[in-house]
Amino acid sequence: MSNLGAQRLTGRVAFVSGGLRGIGLACVERFLAEGAQVVLSDLDAPDSELARATLDRLGANASYVAANVTREEDWERARALVAERHGRLHILVNNAGTDLTGAVETLSMRDWRRIMDINVDGVFLGVRTFTPLLAESGGAVKGGASIINVSSIMGLVGYSEVSAYNASKGAVRLFTKGIAIEFALKKLPIRANSLHPGFVVTPLLREGFQRWVDKGVAADPQVLVDAMCAQTPMGRLADPAELASAAFFLAGEDSAYMTGAELVIDGGWTAQ
Amino acid sequence: MENRLSGKVALVTGGTAGIGAGAVRRLAADGARVIFTGSNAAAAEVLAAETGARFLGHRVEDAAAWPGLMAAIARDHGRLDIAFANAGTEHGDASVEEIGIEGWNHVIAVNQTGVMLTVQHAIRAMKANPDGPTGAIIVNSSMNAHRAMGNFVAYSVSKAAVVALVKSAAVHCGNRGYRIRVNAVLPGVVETAMISNLIETATDPAAARAAYTGMSPLKRMARVEEVAGLVAWLASDEAAFVSGSEYVIDGATTAGMMGV
Repeated sequence: MSNLGAQRLTGRVAFVSGGLRGIGLACVERFLAEGAQVVLSDLDAPDSELARATLDRLGANASYVAANVTREEDWERARALVAERHGRLHILVNNAGTDLTGAVETLSMRDWRRIMDINVDGVFLGVRTFTPLLAESGGAVKGGASIINVSSIMGLVGYSEVSAYNASKGAVRLFTKGIAIEFALKKLPIRANSLHPGFVVTPLLREGFQRWVDKGVAADPQVLVDAMCAQTPMGRLADPAELASAAFFLAGEDSAYMTGAELVIDGGWTAQ
Repeated sequence: MENRLSGKVALVTGGTAGIGAGAVRRLAADGARVIFTGSNAAAAEVLAAETGARFLGHRVEDAAAWPGLMAAIARDHGRLDIAFANAGTEHGDASVEEIGIEGWNHVIAVNQTGVMLTVQHAIRAMKANPDGPTGAIIVNSSMNAHRAMGNFVAYSVSKAAVVALVKSAAVHCGNRGYRIRVNAVLPGVVETAMISNLIETATDPAAARAAYTGMSPLKRMARVEEVAGLVAWLASDEAAFVSGSEYVIDGATTAGMMGV
């Protein structure tokens, strides 16, 4: 990206859930490059190889908390860490998520509950946990504090055998609009917007494609990648950094009048 | 932020006032070489002197004059990277019951046909860029694309139409393999000179101001610079995977009902 190192988030503190992989990691890297201090969470143990290697690479402005976004006590630990280490928070990216595919009549209650727990409850708990700190901190930065909830193009349109994921991401979209209006009317200095990525090259996408291959939908993952590219007007998948650039835009003062908006980044997929 | 757009050539239609002038300032500040059009030569001269941008007198609805405009840009600047289809009007508009055919035709000519011509000529120019078909086109729609106004039928219709135009153009560019992105911005109420003038000349200016500021849950109008910031982002390589999108910038006005 052209502006890496421009330091336009200097003095700001960000929290990113699901920050060890994919879009979350790209957001962490971009925020750090722009001068922010970042706390990231994920499921991995702090002494896991991935967490240690990633945090070593990210440097002193990043810190890590192992947290399951479905557990209130984990969010409380995350809040305590942010409060102790930084005392303020300006940017919250609720990115952690999972997928679920399959014919609707085959979905188990357990799998349905799991995706709702992670994709919907996880976003709700993140917002509930950090709203007081964002409200306290937002007035001190231009454009105010910013909540960025990662929905999906699957939160805008339906897709065969993706109904549970559709429902969870649709919930994130409208939850975001609800809190955006609520914060604005209460004069809280917090904006809230949703991101709607199309198909992005992430571990989650690779795992999902592998599951389809295992089910016999395609011979190998590349067949599915090619099919997704063919369905996308721009003819390619997104790089996670192309989502992080939108998160960065929403985090800063250039988006000061944007709240309750949905930023679709899908190479034209939903325009068709 | 400076020089994010350096080396890029940008065209802004209706650039002499309001959001267009804000975009001229912002794109120039970000390093782009900006050409802007319109019909208010006096205002254009001041803006050109301030920003270093170049003014070419042109009305977007004048189809016959488009080739000459684009030939001048190609000849003098060698490329086109950014087009902001901004020119718009509400002159002659009214409710569906009262609007005259002249008023309807005028608003549609500027807001709808003018935007189509801008997108069409921008794509043709961007196709000829030395490094292949690349560029970013941004259309200035309005939140009224989704929330129509009863007393401005032609404006509401035209702003909805250009969202579909944007999506069609984005899909077309993708189908042809052009690396040209096409997106719409949908501002809420923006505190432009036009709106300020409407407020000041109202029978009850205080009530008029309250009505405009009260439309958004944020209880304020957008500043021109805020819309220009979104336009500049969409124009930049930061938005490389964004095409066919419609981004509202309205302080949550269209996010839902305000509740009680």
